[in-house]
Amino acid sequence: MDRSQILEKLNDIFRDVLDNDTITMAEETTANDVEEWDSLNHIQLVVAIEKEFKLRFTSKEIQGWAKIGDLVSSIASKSVK
Amino acid sequence: MKTFAELKKNLKVLPSNLKSIRVAILGDTATQLLTIAIKGTAIESGYTFDVFEADFGQIENQIYDSTSNLFEFKPEVIIIFHSTHRFLLKYNKLLPTEHSTIAEKQLNLIKDLVEAIDKRLQSTILYFNYPEIDDAVYGNYSNKVKSSFLFQTRKLNYELMEFSQSRHNLFLVDVASLQNLRGRLTAFQPSLYVNAEMIFALDILPDVAARAVDIIVSLRGNVKKCLILDLDNTLWGGVIGDDGMENIQIGGLGIGKAFSELQYWIRKLKDRGIILAVCSKNSEEIAKEPFEKHPDMVLRLNDIAVFVANWEDKVSNIKHIQSILNIGFDSMVFLDDNPFERNFVRANISDIAVPELPEDPSEYLEYLYSQNLFETTSVSEADAERTKQYQVEAHRSKAQKAFSNEDDFLRDLEMVSVVERFNKFTTPRVAQLSQRSNQFNLRTVRYSEADIESLVRKEDYDTLSFTLADRFGDNGLVCAVVMRKQPESNTLFVESWFMSCRVLKRGMERFVLNTIIQLAKDSGYMGIVGEYIPSAKNGMVKDHYSKLGFCQKEQYWHLNLSQYEIKPVYIKTVEGKQ
Repeated sequence: MDRSQILEKLNDIFRDVLDNDTITMAEETTANDVEEWDSLNHIQLVVAIEKEFKLRFTSKEIQGWAKIGDLVSSIASKSVK
Repeated sequence: MKTFAELKKNLKVLPSNLKSIRVAILGDTATQLLTIAIKGTAIESGYTFDVFEADFGQIENQIYDSTSNLFEFKPEVIIIFHSTHRFLLKYNKLLPTEHSTIAEKQLNLIKDLVEAIDKRLQSTILYFNYPEIDDAVYGNYSNKVKSSFLFQTRKLNYELMEFSQSRHNLFLVDVASLQNLRGRLTAFQPSLYVNAEMIFALDILPDVAARAVDIIVSLRGNVKKCLILDLDNTLWGGVIGDDGMENIQIGGLGIGKAFSELQYWIRKLKDRGIILAVCSKNSEEIAKEPFEKHPDMVLRLNDIAVFVANWEDKVSNIKHIQSILNIGFDSMVFLDDNPFERNFVRANISDIAVPELPEDPSEYLEYLYSQNLFETTSVSEADAERTKQYQVEAHRSKAQKAFSNEDDFLRDLEMVSVVERFNKFTTPRVAQLSQRSNQFNLRTVRYSEADIESLVRKEDYDTLSFTLADRFGDNGLVCAVVMRKQPESNTLFVESWFMSCRVLKRGMERFVLNTIIQLAKDSGYMGIVGEYIPSAKNGMVKDHYSKLGFCQKEQYWHLNLSQYEIKPVYIKTVEGKQ
């Protein structure tokens, strides 16, 4: 799965969890750009992404994403295996 | 069960017609998502929870400070969640010599908290027990080491059960048992705990919330009272009409063990007061044969209150069973292996619970365990007699047909009633009756055992309970009245009047009123004031007071003692022992 496919899937998950169909994300998007993306919803997002991609993030990863691109990288590095 | 995301969506648009309950949630770890799950689950059960959620780690501060937000909020229910993780942290910080007393210390803390709440509020308290963490310091040997964390956790869980015996307003939310069921790997996600202070994984939150909400709605009368059973491939393996009694699978034959164990479970339910009914497409004689003659059957005919076996459709038959038992469809569970029958019943009787039994009978029992269908918040000794009472009722209605005149029938019953004020012997049953009575209940006030105990101590209240027995059998305690003295108008206000629907049409209402009048006269009152508060289910008593001769003034009903003539009844009073 390449980065754009991952991003597309992520976009669907964000829209679903945050219940907002207008969300459009790019690699540079940060939590500040998306109104509903607060720390509580973040937990739900992490769990939903883990389920969708069938992987588990480390605590370091969960705390380390500055932008969506970092999240895509985390997923890409795990999905290679 | 709905997912967390679905429960959260419930909160987007709140239905407007739901009953509201004020609930406080106090935790020593992050409870925001748990709170969302609890609120979402409440809506599934027909309630909205008006929630006060304390910042986490504020349990003790909120409870020990009489001016706290908690006490200002005046919750009807307080949910307290001390996590095993925080308990472990306390343990870790102690000297090894202190480890063996930590369960006792924690229990004392809990007792103090409950005490402090009880001093200021009359709330129901829900306390989470402790799912085990085995820190594997001793391996299996921790069972033999009193100071091990596992030993102390189990001890604490046991002592909590003991403590809750004496506290009628304290209920344990058994998350320990939930973790046993779903497994620690599902219940707990370490990364969420470390990053977000969340003890429960998202996937288990709906189950945790359900455990808590089950208790709260059960206290308000939403309980299951009756289990309706299909027979072929539900209570035994095979089809009795085709295979014959000797070939059905039960006991040692084939997968009979699965059905035998299911029957033992059902019999335990019956012994604790769940009414059993049979609803089967069979000819009656053939369907009854195993109950009478099969050596391996656990359930016998005298365990079944209503036995319906014919070729009518199941919806009609369930409606027939309902008309005999006189309880709501929402208090019934229907067990059937056939998906067609299940869907047919679901589609036509919206409130009945129809568990989606697994295809393989060997999985029935584990599946049913996981559903927590029969939550209850009280048990009384009379529960075990319930099935018998419904069977007796069937005899009684047969007898009635022999009389053309209702008075003759009532006279023939030779009814007697024990009348007494509430006391410690009748408290559990009175509380239970207040929680279970939905139809004949004038104001639908629900009382816990603790509420009843405090009522009895109050000077400005008077109470009466009534049993009813006749020549067919004893119905036990079937009616209760709570009266508040109103010295300013020299009247008694009937705060509650509720009665079991089993004893309708016996003249019990007139008998109870006669008794109230006598009590009022003896105490020098001039009148009785009643009120009818409509609920979704109590339409039956809408005209209760007008039928008894009360006059309406705005929302209240008045009866002047000087104008009252004792009504004719066929029930004799027996004074209580107290």
